[in-house]
Amino acid sequence: MFKGDFIQNLPKIYGTYTGGFIVFIILMALAEQAGVSAKNIGVMFVAFTVLIYALIGYLSRTIQVDAYYVAGRQVPTVFNGMATAADWMSGASFVALAGGVYFGGYTYMAFLVGWTGGYVLVATLMAPYLRKFGCYTVPDFIGTRYGGNAVRAAAVFVLFIASFTYVTAQINATGTIASRALGIPFEAGVWVGLISILICSMLGGMRAVTWTQVAQYIVLIIAYLIPVFWISSNVGGGIFPHLMLGDEVARLGELEQQFGLVKNSAADMKAAGVPGGLKYISGTHSGVPEGGMAVWKYLSLAICMMVGTASLPHILMRYFTTPTVRAARKSVAWSLFFIFLLYSSAPMLATLSKLALMDPNLPTGIIGKSISEVQSIEWVQRWSEVKQVFIADFNGDGVLQLNEWFMRGDVVVLATPEVAGLPFVISGLVFAGGMAAAMSTADGLVLAISNALSHDIYYKIINPKAETSKRLLVARVLLVIIGAAGAYIASFRLTSILGSVAWAFDFAMSGLFFPLVLGVWWKRATREGAIAGIIAGIVSGTVYLTWVFPKFSVPLWGGVNTPFLGIDHLRFGLIGAPICLVVMVVVSLMTKEPSPATQKLVDDTRIPTGKAILGKQH
Amino acid sequence: MSNKDAYWNKTKNHMIVTLVLWAFFSLVIFMFGSELNTMSFLGYPLAYYMTAQGSLLAFVIILFWTANKQEKIDEEHGFSEREDD
Repeated sequence: MFKGDFIQNLPKIYGTYTGGFIVFIILMALAEQAGVSAKNIGVMFVAFTVLIYALIGYLSRTIQVDAYYVAGRQVPTVFNGMATAADWMSGASFVALAGGVYFGGYTYMAFLVGWTGGYVLVATLMAPYLRKFGCYTVPDFIGTRYGGNAVRAAAVFVLFIASFTYVTAQINATGTIASRALGIPFEAGVWVGLISILICSMLGGMRAVTWTQVAQYIVLIIAYLIPVFWISSNVGGGIFPHLMLGDEVARLGELEQQFGLVKNSAADMKAAGVPGGLKYISGTHSGVPEGGMAVWKYLSLAICMMVGTASLPHILMRYFTTPTVRAARKSVAWSLFFIFLLYSSAPMLATLSKLALMDPNLPTGIIGKSISEVQSIEWVQRWSEVKQVFIADFNGDGVLQLNEWFMRGDVVVLATPEVAGLPFVISGLVFAGGMAAAMSTADGLVLAISNALSHDIYYKIINPKAETSKRLLVARVLLVIIGAAGAYIASFRLTSILGSVAWAFDFAMSGLFFPLVLGVWWKRATREGAIAGIIAGIVSGTVYLTWVFPKFSVPLWGGVNTPFLGIDHLRFGLIGAPICLVVMVVVSLMTKEPSPATQKLVDDTRIPTGKAILGKQH
Repeated sequence: MSNKDAYWNKTKNHMIVTLVLWAFFSLVIFMFGSELNTMSFLGYPLAYYMTAQGSLLAFVIILFWTANKQEKIDEEHGFSEREDD
């Protein structure tokens, strides 16, 4: 069927795959018409897609070191863009982003700008130079550029903290979706999720993860966009919501005025028994909050997310897989394009979902209706049972007010298709998309951690004479251990102690951003400077986090502290990264300038042509 | 000045220009969020539009533009890679 080698046939292979997936959706729609239960459709969607990923993972098995670590450096630009987009968009992005916009409005959307703008930093400061360097992992660059095991180990340490914070949340998300779709307990769902993740990555390392991530991107983007367009046409938002929701956004402003934005007191909410994690609308959708502090809050969050993006190892390592430096640059652009398709749709979904619930002129509207009427709606009953939505009649008038309707953020993505009257096949599709998003990110993260441990700690520091087969064995064993450790933490629901995924960004920016940037852009940066900078950055950032985050500050510091300049636990990178920079520059200037050999190495890194600094096999 | 130094100077300047554009769309415009929101684009309040879609799109365009421009700088100085490198 296919002539030529695998790489040349990629467009055909993934074209066929996409067509096959669409046929599968149509078959499921027919099955629904024929009376197959909603639950079975959900099971089939998740099972079918996960089996495909497992098959790709198996077919991509390898015994080559460079295939295992960097997919043989032959991933074409556009496909690497898709893989990066899947690597990037986590289960949280998929199910929680629209919910965040729904409740947070303009202020929350600092995350959207932060999680996309960071790619400009990746493309200009990092990706092409790291690609030229020829490293296998991010600490591999730091260890070679600055020289020595200490700096390499320090970089691995930061990578571990940042990526592990992130991966438990992803395995948690995989477990949640698997348990809901397959109807099994959460703890079992976590282990099912873990096995799926490992099958995709264990046999083929980066090569397998790359090709499954491309497949996962295709599923997740179809699963996100179909409902957005369909819902939009159902609730009168027009056929192309991205360009046509201006009136709807204005209408939301009117409705906010009409219903009033009321803040509930904590005591009232407690008395009414609102389940934890459920929120209500108390801020404006499109309005900009007034005042300098509000502006600073927006900008500081965007800065942390952008700089953090440019320091996250599981993203940077995707650009090690392109054939050339030029391809690495273009690939960053394609990555952001594919991410943009989903991120620009999330606010539209939030707008449509809000309008569907708030507008009394729409048949789906519930705010302003009598509570007994709302409670008899089928989807309200279903989601109330699992404590995902809640009604509290604070003023006792029997009418549902805006501040009396509580909902979990995930519900915006998971239930809006149902609310807007779409068939269940779409909800099944959304489950498959969420699973793809969570799995692809977990794969990338587990691989980033185990690669750093196997390549940088085991091979470069402990046993430099190890045979290829032994290196790959160690890499695979570590992969299983890291995955199991993440699943273990997730299955005990200990993830709440790890706080937000935003922490991963702050950890990464505190310890890695400046050592990476200065490694390329400042020849005078020395080994001592880098070691001091990494340690000062990560330690000061972490100490500040414990000081500012109440769960840590009460036992450790004996009380709740007011954030310094509004820098709360989501933004602690703003403490770590500047300290890292200052310490690194001062110590570098105090120590002897790097050797001519190191300076030549930096010169060579800056030029796209010529040999890579590190050989093909190292 | 050697060819390599000239190349690196141009690359550096190009980096600065790119980062100025980046800072404009990610930071500067949101310093004036409430002022911008009184204007409208496609019927959306402007600051809302920029954070929901506009700046994101600007980043995509900046990335393609900056990659193409850098390729031209590579070619000018003879550091352009062949596909079979």
